[in-house]
Amino acid sequence: MVQFNSVHVLYLLVAAKWTIALSLIAFIGGAVLGLALALARVSRFKILRLAATGYIQVIQGTPLLIVLFLSYFGLSIAGYQLDPLVAAGLSLTLFSGAFLGEIWRGCIEAVPRPQWEASECLGLGRLQQYFYVILPQAMRIAIPPTVGFMAEVVKNTSLTSIIGFVELARAGQIINNATFQPFLVFALVGAIYFAICYPLSVASRRLERRFHVAR
Amino acid sequence: MSPDSAAKPLVRVSDVVKLFGAVKVLDRVSFTVDRGQMIAVIGRSGAGKTTLLRCISGLETIQGGEIEICGHSVGTSGRHSRKALCRDVGIVFQSYNLFPHLTVERNITLALTLVQKKPRREACDIAAGVLSLVGLGDRLDAYPEQLSGGQQQRVAIARSLALSPQVMLFDEVTSALDPELTAEVLKVMEDLAERGMTMILVTHEMGFARRVADVVLFMHGGKVWESGPTEEIFADPRTSELRQFIVSAL
Repeated sequence: MVQFNSVHVLYLLVAAKWTIALSLIAFIGGAVLGLALALARVSRFKILRLAATGYIQVIQGTPLLIVLFLSYFGLSIAGYQLDPLVAAGLSLTLFSGAFLGEIWRGCIEAVPRPQWEASECLGLGRLQQYFYVILPQAMRIAIPPTVGFMAEVVKNTSLTSIIGFVELARAGQIINNATFQPFLVFALVGAIYFAICYPLSVASRRLERRFHVAR
Repeated sequence: MSPDSAAKPLVRVSDVVKLFGAVKVLDRVSFTVDRGQMIAVIGRSGAGKTTLLRCISGLETIQGGEIEICGHSVGTSGRHSRKALCRDVGIVFQSYNLFPHLTVERNITLALTLVQKKPRREACDIAAGVLSLVGLGDRLDAYPEQLSGGQQQRVAIARSLALSPQVMLFDEVTSALDPELTAEVLKVMEDLAERGMTMILVTHEMGFARRVADVVLFMHGGKVWESGPTEEIFADPRTSELRQFIVSAL
């Protein structure tokens, strides 16, 4: 048995880099997909609304674990052998897109209807209404639930270990197998997760304050 | 402008029917407004006054009849000439509907720069001009929530005026304000009337309507129940409904 030492800490930190990388992929991919889904959900076109609703319902009703299995093992049997990073990034994007889409739809709909009417009467086109009037107000409402969900995504990246991805949680397991000091190892793993998520909530509070002043 | 267009009514509402489901909210409403006239639409809640304004501004589609306003025709088919209509028709709402995330100045310049494609500087000059017209020339950098209700409503009026509309619609613009704030908003509207702005206002301010409006339209049950020159309407109501309404409003 090996004594827990600084090499192990370094190993955890390197693994944490992957957790952060996966989280960033999930945020960015999920944000793009989520915005598209949110806009489709409030679209005037029924076909877009139905498609987005269907997608969101399927993803929200499926464990992320299964989405990971499908994109990694499922697609490989179908002849598309995805790199674990690609499979994990894709799954996390599909997953967080659905949730962010639904969160943001709620925020868009929370902007009072007369804001649409007032901007319409001033002659603004639909896109102008979104970008100059509706979305800036929806964003302010969206900050707390979005940041909450982001912290959730950071922790959910641990699921990617089942397709062979050595991220923070998996790295902790590996080190624990070697050192057998579970309390120390997993406390450290937990602390690193916290260190990643905590700045998010601080940033959230800052953003909220800033938006509150500018309104 | 050709000579005959001055004589032609600026707004012509003919036989307009508006349904909400099976409920007939507007029942063959017809009237005209000449350039420079101020028309006050009065009546009980639920008489269809606000709906009428919303139909004229194109916010609601109508199920029958036709509305011709500044040469644009709003028929039953929808909102095809919406953009052009916005240029000529300004509307001010009961709830102000300023954009809370933008400064007073940006509230006003937004449509000038985005819709009328004016350069930023020119738009700011226009904003400063219309704001001083409503007595708020010094509040350019304020956010709506930092203003009183009356000030917000005056900004909303300025925001509409900035687009230099030919007709202004006012939808119960003072009903959310206390008497003092009401007075400052009515003052702005009176100034506008003196400057020759064509205005249609839905109002519960009978004193103001009587003093300033040229023509009064009394609506009852979705119909134009009685209409005519202001003095006649108030001094000599022909129908019992109007008589009762005037008595209860005073």
